[in-house]
Amino acid sequence: MFWMQLDRVMGYWPVLLKGISMTVSLSILSLMIGVMLGFAFGMIRAGRNRMLAQIVGLYVDFFRGTPFLLQVFIVFFILPEIGIELSAFASGVVALSNVAACFIGEIVASGIKAVPLGQSEAAASSGFTRVQQMRHIVLPQAVRIVTPALVGQFVLLIKDSSVVSAIGLLDLTRSGWVIVQSVPNGLLVFGIIGFSYFVICYPLIYLSRRMERRGQATIL
Amino acid sequence: MLGNLNTRVMLEYLPDIWQGFLATLMLSAAGFAGAMIIGIVACALSIQPLRWLRGPAVVYVDAIRATPLLAQLYFLYFGLPRLGILVPEMVIGVIALSLNSGAYVAEIIRSGILSIPRGQVEAGKSTGMTYLQRMRLIILPQAIRPTVSPLIGQAIVLIKDSSLLSLISVVELTRAGQMIAIDRFMPIEGLVATALAYLVLYYLLKLLAGVWVYQNRLPGRA
Repeated sequence: MFWMQLDRVMGYWPVLLKGISMTVSLSILSLMIGVMLGFAFGMIRAGRNRMLAQIVGLYVDFFRGTPFLLQVFIVFFILPEIGIELSAFASGVVALSNVAACFIGEIVASGIKAVPLGQSEAAASSGFTRVQQMRHIVLPQAVRIVTPALVGQFVLLIKDSSVVSAIGLLDLTRSGWVIVQSVPNGLLVFGIIGFSYFVICYPLIYLSRRMERRGQATIL
Repeated sequence: MLGNLNTRVMLEYLPDIWQGFLATLMLSAAGFAGAMIIGIVACALSIQPLRWLRGPAVVYVDAIRATPLLAQLYFLYFGLPRLGILVPEMVIGVIALSLNSGAYVAEIIRSGILSIPRGQVEAGKSTGMTYLQRMRLIILPQAIRPTVSPLIGQAIVLIKDSSLLSLISVVELTRAGQMIAIDRFMPIEGLVATALAYLVLYYLLKLLAGVWVYQNRLPGRA
């Protein structure tokens, strides 16, 4: 019975493959946009312009304080109202990269603040402009501090991408939902789905943990 | 866009939103209570010296952390009936939330315990304390301080995650907001009202975490 069902699930491999490629492409695309936007947010949040930092802070708080499912709906339903028509995939990418940017922004800001003030003072006194200080002195050190947290954030991003199945994208989770309609064994089907996520995410979790440990070793 | 927000409809549906708000609160509270129990047990198992007890705890934490809540939710939703366990969607939701957050709670508590300097353990050992005595009298009292604020953070995550229960047709805040969208075809009003309700919870818990950190700061530090 079990082997027969496993066989039937495996007959759905094109659906599974489609789901995996959707999850991976959503995650990678949103990751790239999210990191770029997130670094911009982080630099503003840690920057000297108080007003701007507060405005970005409110924006970030809105997306950190509401469920991602709600944000997906907001992008999917509200953006068309103001004349931006997006496909389901584009909506997913917008929602995902936006939420990723908000979380990455806070991580980057904390990293920038963790770089001792003396570093930028030293740079200033050797004639670096503010932009140069940021680019050559502060950011490289901040990136080293936040890398483990960033990798952890990537894992969250991949997992959050499962939520966009709610607007009809056929990602890994959705493919499980499709398969379970014809092979009524939820444990088996979602066991396989869970295993696929594990294969994608665990290396990142492992990497993040190892980097954290190595980081501690250099500090202690 | 938000200028022509129909506030009359939002007010009309306020009782529904309120019901959903209460449901979300209750689901989250139940889920968090379960997560604390599971988390403490998993953490206790993963730091005690017996290897064969440590294994399952580590596998549990890693399996949960590497898979999305939605997949876990569907696993239980489609899987439990298969095992002959027929329970309401709400119960499945609470179980999924507890299992999911439990892994993170375990990690938070574990890192709190591991943050205690090694010398404390050695001092306990050299005064002849047993493992349990060291745990109870030296390590745990000190481990509480660094864990409270991340635990509140996890509670925020759990409240937000509980919105996924709407996908297995549990009526909570997100679902209540969708009602407005379905009844009146006004998705924006429903979404805005729901988002505001979630933000209230978010800011309350964030404030709580801030106050706790401030009141329990170590002497001599800003």
